[in-house]
Amino acid sequence: MDSLFAPPGERWQPVSPRLRSLRRALLAFWLGVGGLAGGVAIGVLLNWWLAAGAVVVAAGAFAWGWWLVGRNWESWGYAERGDDLLVTHGVLFKTLVVVPYGRMQFVDVTAGPVERKFGIATVQLHTATPATDAEIPGLTPEEAERLRDRLAALGEARAAGL
Amino acid sequence: MSQMSESADRGPVDGIPVDPIALDPIPVDPIPVDPNPAGEATELRRLHPATPVLNGWKYFALVVAIVGQEAVRDLDFRLFGIQMVAAVVLGVVLGSFSWWFTKYRIEGEELRIESGFLFRRSRRIRIDRLQAVDIVRPVMARLLGVAELRLEMAGGGKTEAPLAYLTEPGAQKLRAELLARAAGLAADTPEAPERQLVAVPPGVLLASTVVSAPFLTAALGFVVVAATTTVVREMVGLAFLIPWALGGLGVVWRQFVSEFGFTVSESPDGLRIRKGLLDTWAQTVPPGRVQGVEIEQQLLWRPKGWVKLSVDVAGYGGKGNQEGQTASTLLPVAPWPVARALLERVLPGVDVDGVERVLAPRRARWLRPIGWRYLRHGADDRVFVTDTGWLTRRTAVVPHGKMQSVRITQGPLQRRLDLATVHLDTPVGPVNAVALHRSSQVARELAEAQAERSRQARRAAGPERWMQAQLPRE
Repeated sequence: MDSLFAPPGERWQPVSPRLRSLRRALLAFWLGVGGLAGGVAIGVLLNWWLAAGAVVVAAGAFAWGWWLVGRNWESWGYAERGDDLLVTHGVLFKTLVVVPYGRMQFVDVTAGPVERKFGIATVQLHTATPATDAEIPGLTPEEAERLRDRLAALGEARAAGL
Repeated sequence: MSQMSESADRGPVDGIPVDPIALDPIPVDPIPVDPNPAGEATELRRLHPATPVLNGWKYFALVVAIVGQEAVRDLDFRLFGIQMVAAVVLGVVLGSFSWWFTKYRIEGEELRIESGFLFRRSRRIRIDRLQAVDIVRPVMARLLGVAELRLEMAGGGKTEAPLAYLTEPGAQKLRAELLARAAGLAADTPEAPERQLVAVPPGVLLASTVVSAPFLTAALGFVVVAATTTVVREMVGLAFLIPWALGGLGVVWRQFVSEFGFTVSESPDGLRIRKGLLDTWAQTVPPGRVQGVEIEQQLLWRPKGWVKLSVDVAGYGGKGNQEGQTASTLLPVAPWPVARALLERVLPGVDVDGVERVLAPRRARWLRPIGWRYLRHGADDRVFVTDTGWLTRRTAVVPHGKMQSVRITQGPLQRRLDLATVHLDTPVGPVNAVALHRSSQVARELAEAQAERSRQARRAAGPERWMQAQLPRE
């Protein structure tokens, strides 16, 4: 691990593996639907050998995507320090954002239908600028709630004027 | 007059000696003596009755443009006339509805605005959170002696609380009251005295616009097209020439008209910026509301040493929209020493030239073959500064206490070169404090150091109600 994105303490707090499962399931779903539909279309219109090829390509894409999702999941991490929250993510384009609690305007916890099915939620910290990219996906609902309450409390305690 | 002694209560304007005894009566309690608690005694007030006519005017122009085209095409001017009358009547009727249902009142610490007749909206605005108060007077409004009062709040790229239109004295009175309440003073405190810091002469403004990039691009295009047309002897080129010339002149005209008579003054209520030839603006930015400053120098401004100053004020919005850009201009053009003096008033104790800068490492040339030589960053105990730009030079200045967050980003090419970029996030606006292509180690250290500096600076920051600060103004 390079020192630029090294954790401030021992290690980054990882996000739930359920995020990885969710993304892989979505990947499987879309590639499955796309691969099947494409394969059938090619088979009907052209020939079935090409169709088999299309399915193989989809399978290859799935394997690659599986690996990418895993790498991306590993890249997510956050750390709560005394005065600020650190969030890092990204494999090819890496980001590390440091948000002082006192700069927080509000915290969002969101969970879509699929996320709820997988039992995860997203916490997002908003400051006075949309440039602050402090979003942590894939937290268990308990962790999301804990983090939200903690951030809100710390934000209030350390609140500074704009 | 008693007003004079009362206005002195607002604290000293630097340079004007103030009797120290006069400073004592500044109230320190959070809720100032209010002659009118919770505003219960006052009725909800309506805007000026000319409002529907003035608002209708804009739509009227639009309708004329659309329907007029049809009328010219069909040569049916009777129908055009009927449509015009209908548009006017409809516009005024709808406008009157909206006017009738729009009411406002100050209720203690809040400004309450009721509006809308189909979808009712009731908005309460915390006055101590206001970021700027502007009085804008479009030409038509000036003719009728009315003005628009804009309250700029953080969050949202557009003006969240425009009060259009009020009578001119009414707008000024309301502004004074809002500022007094925001400052933590009694509501009937008169407008604070001010002292002019800079005035931009029209000649300099015009000259700077003429040698600015948009105009030069238009002029160059004009010359190229004109030359081609002459050589080829085709009249087709003329069709391009005229709009091009108009476009180029339009740039100069707009800039000149909107920034004509630009003055910046200082008062205990903050900066006061006035500008405009036809539509006039009078902006007030209270102390501590400037989130960052950008110093821009175009290529042809260098011989004269001219610079432009723009500020980030939460609520003024970004470069995307014209209004936001106009509002964010702190000084359209001035020689650097003048601009620097102004900068010292805006960000007290900051000496931009004195901040030691570090150049980007040499290997950044692979990503910025020419520009890397101009990538600098530096920080002292008050501000973070970045320089960029080969032709147009830009310097971003962000006080440590104003930083919202700090980000490190690294792309695949940067990783190969062991480089990274550090962003200091400020509210949406012209200031773009980015230290491009630093070595990884420097980037991480910088991000950590900025987090620490901002923590300390926030601790030392003054209160939002600026008049409750008993701190000496340095």
